[in-house]
Amino acid sequence: MKTALYITAMAVTTYLIRMLPFTFFTKRIRSRFIKSFLYYIPYAVLSAMTIPAIFYSTGSVITAAAGTVVALILAFFGLPLIVVALSSSAAVFIAGLLI
Amino acid sequence: MKNSLFKGMYHGIPIALGYFSVSFGFGILAVRCGLSVFSAGMISLTNLTSAGQAAGVDVIAAGGTIIEMILVQITINLRYSLMALSLSQKLDKSFTPIHRLIASYGITDEIFAVCSAQEDRLKPSYMYGMISVAALGWTSGTVLGAAAGSLLPESVSDAMGIVLYGMFLAIIIPPSRKKLSVLLTVIIAAVISILFRYVITVVSGGFAVIISAVVAAAAAAFLFPINDDTNGE
Repeated sequence: MKTALYITAMAVTTYLIRMLPFTFFTKRIRSRFIKSFLYYIPYAVLSAMTIPAIFYSTGSVITAAAGTVVALILAFFGLPLIVVALSSSAAVFIAGLLI
Repeated sequence: MKNSLFKGMYHGIPIALGYFSVSFGFGILAVRCGLSVFSAGMISLTNLTSAGQAAGVDVIAAGGTIIEMILVQITINLRYSLMALSLSQKLDKSFTPIHRLIASYGITDEIFAVCSAQEDRLKPSYMYGMISVAALGWTSGTVLGAAAGSLLPESVSDAMGIVLYGMFLAIIIPPSRKKLSVLLTVIIAAVISILFRYVITVVSGGFAVIISAVVAAAAAAFLFPINDDTNGE
């Protein structure tokens, strides 16, 4: 029951965030600070979510570190999201076999 | 009408394939956090977003409050408001308010990116085609990951646990390489997040992400305001 409440809260909030501006907002944002803030927020969110949580995502800090290094290198060279994500996972798997 | 529906579905296929493998990882993550296969599938079907869902599952696992859940979702998904705003300027006349209410469900990073790249104005059927295929990939991947995650050997499900984070790195690293301001944002957010994890441990995970992200983005906006002609993407 509690879970249903959580899921409803997630779904409604996420929907409203998309729906309100898409349906009702037609003016342009003028504030340079707010525009800049909105530009940087996705990167800030993803970084805060990933570090340090990525090191605890596989059950072993060592295999997670291997996956992280592979992801960083492939991302640095601009490979597609899916390639980076799956290679990182493959690196964790291989590291898990070795240790 | 039909043509744009099929065109949308066709453009949605690569998105769905990418979503499938990432959401498979999400399904495993959700089950590990104690959720049922049904709950995991419902979260994916009703939210259609990776980072917000991963953070949401963390809040559920930690027994956080509903207010915390709402604030976490607002902060992490705030970027969709900007994307929705940008797309709203690009809609065809046939996009009546009812269509807007329906199509706003499917504004994700990838769908936004593909829709923005279209030369023509967006028709509702085009977006519906893309959204339905993408949502199918996202939800089915989640359900399979949640259901089969327990059947997979532990070494495989352990390895899948990193998929979402790998994708997040793939999103933030390339722009960090090109722009000092983005690199700084990423570093500030990571440092604050690390502090919350190891030093200021009284703050729960969801709020730690919010505070880290808001401080980092505000600092970057203050130090490196974007040019007015940059449209925030």
